[in-house]
Amino acid sequence: MKSYDTTIARRGAGLAGKKEKTSRRRMSRQTRENIFGYLFISPWIIGFLGLTFGPLLFSLFASFTDYNITSRMNFIGLDNFKRMFTIDDLFKTSLWNTLYYVLFSVPLTTAGAIFLSVLLNQKVRGMKFFRTLYYLPAILSGVAVYFLWMQLLSPSTGLVNTFLAWIGIEGPAWLFDPEWTKPALILMKMWSVGGGMLLYLASLQGVSASLYEAADLDGAGVMKKFFYITLPMISPIIFFDVLTSTIGAFQIFQEAYVMTENGSGGPGNSLLFYNLHMWNNAFEVFDMGYASAMAWLLFIVVMVLTIINMKLGKKWVHYEGGG
Amino acid sequence: MRTAAAPKFYETKKFKDKLKQTIIFTVLLAGSVLFLSPLWWMISTSLKSPAEIAQYPPTFVPKEFHFSNYVEAWKTAPFTRWAMNTFFIAFCGMAGSVLVNSLVAYAFAKIRFKGRNALFIVVLSTMLIPGFVTMVPQYILFSKLGWVNTYLPLIVPAFLGSAFFIFLLRQFMMTIPNELIEAAVLDGANHLQIWWHVMLPLTKPALITVAIFSFNGAWNDLLGPLLYINDESLYTLQIGLQTFKGTVQTQWNYLMAMSVMVLLPVVLLFFFFQKHFIEGSNITSGTKG
Repeated sequence: MKSYDTTIARRGAGLAGKKEKTSRRRMSRQTRENIFGYLFISPWIIGFLGLTFGPLLFSLFASFTDYNITSRMNFIGLDNFKRMFTIDDLFKTSLWNTLYYVLFSVPLTTAGAIFLSVLLNQKVRGMKFFRTLYYLPAILSGVAVYFLWMQLLSPSTGLVNTFLAWIGIEGPAWLFDPEWTKPALILMKMWSVGGGMLLYLASLQGVSASLYEAADLDGAGVMKKFFYITLPMISPIIFFDVLTSTIGAFQIFQEAYVMTENGSGGPGNSLLFYNLHMWNNAFEVFDMGYASAMAWLLFIVVMVLTIINMKLGKKWVHYEGGG
Repeated sequence: MRTAAAPKFYETKKFKDKLKQTIIFTVLLAGSVLFLSPLWWMISTSLKSPAEIAQYPPTFVPKEFHFSNYVEAWKTAPFTRWAMNTFFIAFCGMAGSVLVNSLVAYAFAKIRFKGRNALFIVVLSTMLIPGFVTMVPQYILFSKLGWVNTYLPLIVPAFLGSAFFIFLLRQFMMTIPNELIEAAVLDGANHLQIWWHVMLPLTKPALITVAIFSFNGAWNDLLGPLLYINDESLYTLQIGLQTFKGTVQTQWNYLMAMSVMVLLPVVLLFFFFQKHFIEGSNITSGTKG
């Protein structure tokens, strides 16, 4: 009897001991998770503080000063911001050029990418080959591509105007005509529409065929199916694409820098984009305070647009499974 | 009396499908000629003589193939040096991107540390900040550190994580079952060992995608070298090509020949790893829905 009791007691004690041990281990496990978690993400934290958050604060501060790297930072209040809207005429030009580019390039590339992805989602012979081919220009970028387009857009001997001449259109002078410089860059952007196409293609392949079959039974036509099934089903991707390509389009710089003789801004300053103007202020005349003010204004504009985009997105983006 | 007359051949579904397919095929074929013609033009111009380039109307196929353009253009500037510089920067950046971003992504996907979700939202929102906003302070920081005219400003940031790559890898890692991690924990492995022995092998496709994207990014980067590199001997291909234009002026055959050479590695990479380019895009799209 006694021995029996002790066995139970021992067993109980053993159990209790085990429980205690596990709970202690669970505690230490959470601590370990924390240590490992923060250790693993520490490179990102350093990068975020040192290369994003810190610089954001610094440029906010610098935007209220006349900092030019060599001088001391003198606080000048809102002078930099006043200068943008009153004295600096080129600022307005650069803002207008950038808005023009954003307003035309984003809708055109989005529509182009959707159109192309719908075409490339059909069952046609050689589809794999076509997809590769249309995607190829999207991976090409940098100075070489800009040189190529300067050659293609050459007014008399370029490929684009040669094509246009075939169909009886006299092509413009493109990069030499202030009216046509921005359309020229948009045309170049359209060439790399394959990147967006791929996003949409992946999304289209996720649209269930039964939806289209049901629409067929109801006698819906091609257009109806496109507007009432395809577009709503891929609307999350459209939203994402518009959001990111708007932010991207606001940052247009390299194209203009390379295609206008080291950032001169092109004929009639028609390619003087916001970032190019900012670059010239920061690194040509080292007016860092003014450039920082421009940077913060851009930041605010992009943030406001993103918020508007997200608010509007709630109205037209269709999320499957509620919402 | 109505008889079930067989529908005329052009009314059958089979015919309509065939017609639709033919139309789409034709449109796609015409479009591909349009999309490929710039590349054709680039190669064709690179092989022409200056006289033939200036000729009107332009020719589509060079009358004579001047392959020597490539050799002469390459010799006009230190392209060999620039190519080696670019490869060096791109490989360092690639190594940093793959290692660091996968480590960070692993933590966000599989380690339950405090504040994880809030921090991940911070990661995502940094993707929305235009790079130009932080460019001036970054330049000041790197110049105070004495890093101007070295490769450090081009390489070190790759070792400090990139929001896009972290996101991409984290999404991929989320699809790896937790049981695998838990089993490894029971075997006494710590997270560093699990990351190295379990996660890295399982996420190879995504890692290759990140490697390719970061290589391409470094290869095509003009802004970084333009800001930080002054010595011609330290130039990368992008900035070298840009100054090369000043040297040869309107010799478009030379310019196009060198443009072909600069684009070639990226194109080869693309055809070699085509699947990964496509897969990489699918990862991002599949999770945004």
